[in-house]
Amino acid sequence: MSLVEVSGLSVHAGTTSLVRDVSLSLAAGERLGVIGESGSGKSVTSLAVLGLLPGGLSASGSIRLDGQEVVGVPDARLRPLRGPVAQIVFQEPLTALDPLMRVGRQIAEPLRRHLGLRGAALRTAVAAALAEVALPEERIGRAYPYELSGGQRQRVAIAIALAARPRLLIADEPTTALDVTVQDGVLSLLERLVTERGMALLFISHDLAVVSRMVERIVVMRDGVIVEEGPVMRVVREPQHPYTAALVASARALDAALDAAAPRDGGAA
Amino acid sequence: MSAPPPRETVAEQQIDAAAPVAASRRRGHATLVIGVILTGLVVVTALVSLGWLPYPLSDISGGRLESPNPAHVLGTDRLGRDLLSQLMVGARIALTVGAGAALFAGILGTLVGLATALARPWVDDTLSATLDVVIAFPVLLLAMLVVAVQGASLGSAIFAIGLAMAAVIARLTRILARRVLQEQFVTAARTSGTRLPGIVLRHILPNIAPTLAVALALQFGVAVLAEASLSYLGLGAPPPNASWGRMLQEAQGTVLTAPVGALAPGIAIVVLVLGVNFLADGLREYTDPTRRRAR
Amino acid sequence: MLPYLLRRSAFLVISLVVAMIVIFVLLRLLPGDPANALLSIDATPEQIAAARAQVGSDQPLLQQFAAWSAQLLSGDLGVSYISTRPVGPEVGARLGVTLPLALLSFVIAVVLALVIGITAAVKADRWYGIVLSGFSQLGVAVPVFWVGVIVVWIFALQLGWLPSGGFPRDDWEDPGDALRSLALPVMTIAIVMSASISRYVRSATIDVLGSDYLRTARAGGAGLGESLLRHGVRNGSVPVIAVLGIELSTTLLGAVVVESVFTLPGLGSMLLTGIEQHDYPNIQGVLVISTLFVLIVGFAADIAQRIIDPRLRTSVSGNR
Repeated sequence: MSLVEVSGLSVHAGTTSLVRDVSLSLAAGERLGVIGESGSGKSVTSLAVLGLLPGGLSASGSIRLDGQEVVGVPDARLRPLRGPVAQIVFQEPLTALDPLMRVGRQIAEPLRRHLGLRGAALRTAVAAALAEVALPEERIGRAYPYELSGGQRQRVAIAIALAARPRLLIADEPTTALDVTVQDGVLSLLERLVTERGMALLFISHDLAVVSRMVERIVVMRDGVIVEEGPVMRVVREPQHPYTAALVASARALDAALDAAAPRDGGAA
Repeated sequence: MSAPPPRETVAEQQIDAAAPVAASRRRGHATLVIGVILTGLVVVTALVSLGWLPYPLSDISGGRLESPNPAHVLGTDRLGRDLLSQLMVGARIALTVGAGAALFAGILGTLVGLATALARPWVDDTLSATLDVVIAFPVLLLAMLVVAVQGASLGSAIFAIGLAMAAVIARLTRILARRVLQEQFVTAARTSGTRLPGIVLRHILPNIAPTLAVALALQFGVAVLAEASLSYLGLGAPPPNASWGRMLQEAQGTVLTAPVGALAPGIAIVVLVLGVNFLADGLREYTDPTRRRAR
Repeated sequence: MLPYLLRRSAFLVISLVVAMIVIFVLLRLLPGDPANALLSIDATPEQIAAARAQVGSDQPLLQQFAAWSAQLLSGDLGVSYISTRPVGPEVGARLGVTLPLALLSFVIAVVLALVIGITAAVKADRWYGIVLSGFSQLGVAVPVFWVGVIVVWIFALQLGWLPSGGFPRDDWEDPGDALRSLALPVMTIAIVMSASISRYVRSATIDVLGSDYLRTARAGGAGLGESLLRHGVRNGSVPVIAVLGIELSTTLLGAVVVESVFTLPGLGSMLLTGIEQHDYPNIQGVLVISTLFVLIVGFAADIAQRIIDPRLRTSVSGNR
C-alpha cells in the first residue's frame, strides 16, 4: 500500500481553480519530485497532503496518507499524522520559525508531543537533533532565529521536521531562499538524513537540476495540472510534453554556459 | 545577522487596523460604496442646507420638545426650534471643520514630517521626541488649550484640531519619508545628481501620498468627533451655529421626555464618521494594493 | 537589556524636560498676563505691580521657567490663583476619581477587546464574527459623550439601577458608593475604548493566523488553539502593547468629556475650569502630572515590548 495516494485532487480558491484533477502516489521509502514554476499548484498540492490548506482554499477528491483520508476530514483526525507519519519543510526559514522563541524550544515541541520526552531526556534529544543537522554548538539551541544565518535556520527547520521521525518528508523548495553557496550543504544534509532513516521524500522545486539529484521519479506540473511524469532520467532525456522539453532545454543551456565558462569533470545528472 | 526592521510602526498599524469587515476584494468594493453613500448623504444634506431649510435656524417655530410630527419631521428642541433644520446646519459645520482641520493637518504635518526626515540626526531626534509627547495627549485636549488661547469660534476649532492632528501626520510622514529615503532608487537619483527638492517632489511625495491620503481620511473622522466634543463642552463655534455636539449638550437634560433630540445628532455623527472610515478603507484598496490584504 | 534601560530612562527624563518647556511656553501664549487672574477689573497700578511680583510675571521668561522647575523638583505644584488652595492636594484628590476611572475602564476594555478582536478574526466567516467587526467599526465612529448620554438614559433614567452622575462627597469612604458612581462612566469609556483596541487585536490575530510559524506549528501536529497560545499570543501582543500604551495614557485626560457628562470631580474637569479661569498653577499642575503619567506609561509599554521581542532591543522607541 502506498504511503501517499492522491486521486483526482482539485483545489479552488473561490472560483479560481489552483489544482485540477491531480493524481500521484508515493510508496514508503520512495522519492518523488514535483517540478513546476510559480503558480503551477505544486506547493498547494503538498500542503493538501497534510491537510494544511489555508482558510480560503477548498479541496475535493481524495488524498490518503498512510491509509487515512485527508480531504474533508476534521483537523483533529489529521493531527496524529502530522509529525510521526509526515512532516514538511518550508521554503522560507526566517518566517517559518517563531521569531520570538529560542530554536531549542521549537525543536523540543514535537519531541515533547510525539515522543513524550521531558526534562533531561528532552534536553539531550534536542542536542542530538541539532547535532544531526550539523549544528552541534551549544549556543545554537539558545539562539533566536534572527541570530542565525539562513542556512542555519533551515537546518533548524529540518531538525524540527524530523524530530518525530516521520516516514514521509515533504520538502517545499527548501533551498530556494538560501544563498547558492549554502544550498549544496543543505541538500546534502537532506539526502543523507532521508537515506539514513529510509524516509519517503516528496521534493518540490522549480529547479530541475536540484530535483533530479534528489529523486528517482518526477512529476511535472503546469497551471494546476500534471503534464508529465516518469523516472527522472527518462523525463530529462526524452521529455514527451513540450513544456517539459522547454524546462529541460533551459536547464541544459545554463549548464552548457557554466561548462563553457569553467569546465569541470563529470556532467550534470 | 542584522535584525529585520519591525514590520510595522504603530502609525501604520493604526491605518491597517481601521480596516472594517472587508476580507476580500469584493467586500472591499462594498465598503467603498457604503462609504460613498454615507458620506454623500451628509454632504448632500449640507449642500441643500445652504439653499433651503425647513425653518430658519433660530426661529421658534413650534412648541417645546415636540415629538416628530408632520410640521417638524424630527420634532423641536427645548426652545421650540426645529431639530431638522439644526441637524442640517450641523452637517455644514461638521464637514467644514472636518475638511478644514484635515487639510491643515495634512499640509502642516507633511511639511514638518519632511523637514524632520531630511534634517540632521539630532534635530530629527529632538523633533521626534516632541512629536511623540504631543501625540500622547488626546486631540481634544490640545484643541482645548488652543481654543483657550484663541477664543471659541469655527476658525479656532479648525486651527486647534488641525494643529493637534498635524503631529500625527508629521510622525507618519517622517517614518514614510525615511523609508523612501533608504530605498535604492533614491540613492540612484542622488548619485545621478538630482538635488533635494527634486528628490522630494519626484520620489518621496508620490510614494507617500497614497498612505497619507488614507491617514488624512481617517483624521477627518477624528476631527469631526473632536469638534463635536469641543461643542459639547461649550468650546466650539458659538450660537447660532448649530453644531451637532452642542445640540446634544442641550438635549441631554431632556433625554427622558424627548429622546429624539439626543439621538438624532449622535446618529448623524456616526453616519458621517463611519462613512469616512469606510471611504478610507476603500481608498486603501486602490492606492496601496501591495499591503497585505490576503485574508 | 541594561544599556537599553539606561538609554530609555535618559530619554524619559529628556522628554519630561521637553514637555515642561512646551507646557510653559503654551501657557504664556494665553492672552493677558498670568497675574490678571488675581486682580479685579479696576485694579490700581500698585495692585497690578504687586500681583505681578507675587506671581513672578515681571521677571524674564527664562527666570520664570527656572523658578517653576525648581519648585516642581522640590515637589511643590504651587498654589491656585483662584482658590488659593495648593495645587498638589487638589490634583491628588482629583486623581482619586480619574485614576480609578481610567484604570478600571482600561482593564475592562482590554478584556472585551481581546474577546471581540480574536473572535472577529478567527470567525470572520461566521455571522457573529462579522457582527463583532461591525461593532468595532461603529464604536470608533461614535462620540463618547453620546454613549454616555445613552447609557444614562437606559440604566439611570429608564431602569434606575445606577446614579446618573456625581461622586460621593466623602470620596472613597464608602467604596461601594464610589464604585456605583463610577459604574456608568466606566461602562461608557470601556465601550468606546474596547471598540478601538479590538481593531488592533483583530488585525494582530489575522496576522498570526496567516503566519508561517503558525503553519509550522500545526504541521507538527499541534491544534489551532494550542499553536495560538504557544506562538500566537507572544507574537501578536507586541504591536497590541504599543497601542495599549497610547490608549491608556490618553484616557487620563481624555476622560474629561465623560467627566462632564457625569459631573465627576476629576482631573479633566479641573483642567477645563482652570483654562476657563486662567488659573495657571492649576493648569500647569494638571498638565505636568498627566504628562508624567503619559511618559511613564509609554516607558512601561516600550520595556514590555522589548522584553517580549528581543529584536527590538536596539532601537530607542518603537517608531524609529
